[in-house]
Amino acid sequence: MEKDFSEIFQSKIDEELKIEPKDWMPEKYRQTLIRQISQHAHSEIVGMLPEGNWISRAPSLRRKAILLAKVQDEAGHGLYLYSAAETLGITRDEMYEQLHSGKAKYSSIFNYPTLSWADIGAIGWLVDGAAIMNQVPLCRSSYGPYARAMVRICKEESFHQRQGFEILLTLSKGTEAQKRMAQDAINRWWWPSVMMFGPKDDESPNTIQSMQWKIKRFTNDELRQKFIDVCAEQVKVLGLALPDPDLKWNEERKHYDFGKINWEEFWQVVQGNGPCNKQRLEARKKAWEEGAWVREAAVAYAEKRKQKESLHAA
Amino acid sequence: MTKQYLIDYTLQLADNALILAQRNSEWCGHGPVLEQDIAISNISLDLIGQARNFYQYAATLIGGNATEDSLAYLRDAIDFKNNLISEILNGDWAQTVLRQFLVSTYQFYLYDALQKSPDQQLAAIAEKALKEVTYHVRWSSEWVIRLGDGTSESKQRIEKALEEIWPYTGELFIPVQHETDAVTAGIGVDPKMIEENWKQKVSTVFSEATLTLPPQNIWMHTGGKNGIHTEYLGYILAEMQFMQRAYPSAEW
Repeated sequence: MEKDFSEIFQSKIDEELKIEPKDWMPEKYRQTLIRQISQHAHSEIVGMLPEGNWISRAPSLRRKAILLAKVQDEAGHGLYLYSAAETLGITRDEMYEQLHSGKAKYSSIFNYPTLSWADIGAIGWLVDGAAIMNQVPLCRSSYGPYARAMVRICKEESFHQRQGFEILLTLSKGTEAQKRMAQDAINRWWWPSVMMFGPKDDESPNTIQSMQWKIKRFTNDELRQKFIDVCAEQVKVLGLALPDPDLKWNEERKHYDFGKINWEEFWQVVQGNGPCNKQRLEARKKAWEEGAWVREAAVAYAEKRKQKESLHAA
Repeated sequence: MTKQYLIDYTLQLADNALILAQRNSEWCGHGPVLEQDIAISNISLDLIGQARNFYQYAATLIGGNATEDSLAYLRDAIDFKNNLISEILNGDWAQTVLRQFLVSTYQFYLYDALQKSPDQQLAAIAEKALKEVTYHVRWSSEWVIRLGDGTSESKQRIEKALEEIWPYTGELFIPVQHETDAVTAGIGVDPKMIEENWKQKVSTVFSEATLTLPPQNIWMHTGGKNGIHTEYLGYILAEMQFMQRAYPSAEW
């Protein structure tokens, strides 16, 4: 019986039909999706923190409004994604629990600090840029609710990326101090952004199965190469440089060659030893714990309302 | 020549919106519920929008090199005319939503009257802002009711918040010179004229929230509209204005 279901399932996937919440799916497919979608949702929520760090200090009212709206968009992305994950049979509270306990991960990039205003530009250009490379193929994910959430998210992300690039472009045309600030931000955010695509293909345990299930469409290294090729061109528009002396166009491969990635740093940050891992998680836990009485009050009030209404009805 | 009172009156409207927006935006990423994190950030965004409209108008009245940013980022506390209630600490969620309710209700009646001002700019900004503020009043009053009539802890917290905030509400309705001049000129709104409506609305919501209105004779803090602020404003400005001060005349 299971075998029949499993064949129907894979044939749907092969025909590019979407899997919907009520359809049969292998348990491992469900678990893989829960892991991936909740990790993505957590990344949106934790990702609010480094950028939120500059809302109060944004250098103009226009920039302040744009940044606040952007961080708010990320909260919205978190909402869609938590909802998509909930269709797989896990609650938002359970996912928070996994985040707070360290069981669930979020994108390591958000464990790096935002030290200057230019970081807001660099995050938009590089981090959102890398995220888009990862996410555009997810709009065709085999799981319907995830694919649909990603369509909305990708539209907003590409808007964010343009805004980020525009911040850097303005800085690059500005004073010496502004150019220095922009270059410094690119120096610090470049390598962590390159690492956002995850481990090398031969060290990425989930890739093969995820590609067969069409949860994933390209490998980590394919996407990474694409990202580097794009950025190597875009940085010329800024008149700035990527911090990689080995970055060079390879005519034969029709791709940019690039330097060695510091995987030691990557794994250290994943394991919780990045510059801001502790602060990010603490901030999330604090918001959650200090909000407990608010959520309890909302539930208690709703209960009271319900009781009053049923009294009126009776 | 533009009358100084009109500039000051417009700046007061702008400063009130901006300083409260700055405070509310501190919640972004730290709210008690994701949906409410979005809601308070949204209110903050609306207030920044209102502030920008008023600053842009003030800049045209002032002329010269004045811009919305020079007015927001290059004046010191003594020149800020916001009510003290905008600058006090966020405190907990109870204090934040209660302050929002008291201020939004004040803004509601203020903008409702101001949209009939013969000053077309002020009237147009007020008309647009009124739509946003109508939602802010609804959202914040619902929270006041929910917390007042929620659990014993939430009730205790909102009562404490009320004790903290109430002494900052008197100032809203005591006109200072530039307000009186704007009223005399027929352009501004007499704060005394909206006080009754404000009290009425507050007492309706409080009664649903099972909260008691504080006694009449409480001493009220004043000074904000004349540039005499709490200690908090200096820190708000130090943070908000840092970039413009550290990198004078750069473009962002």
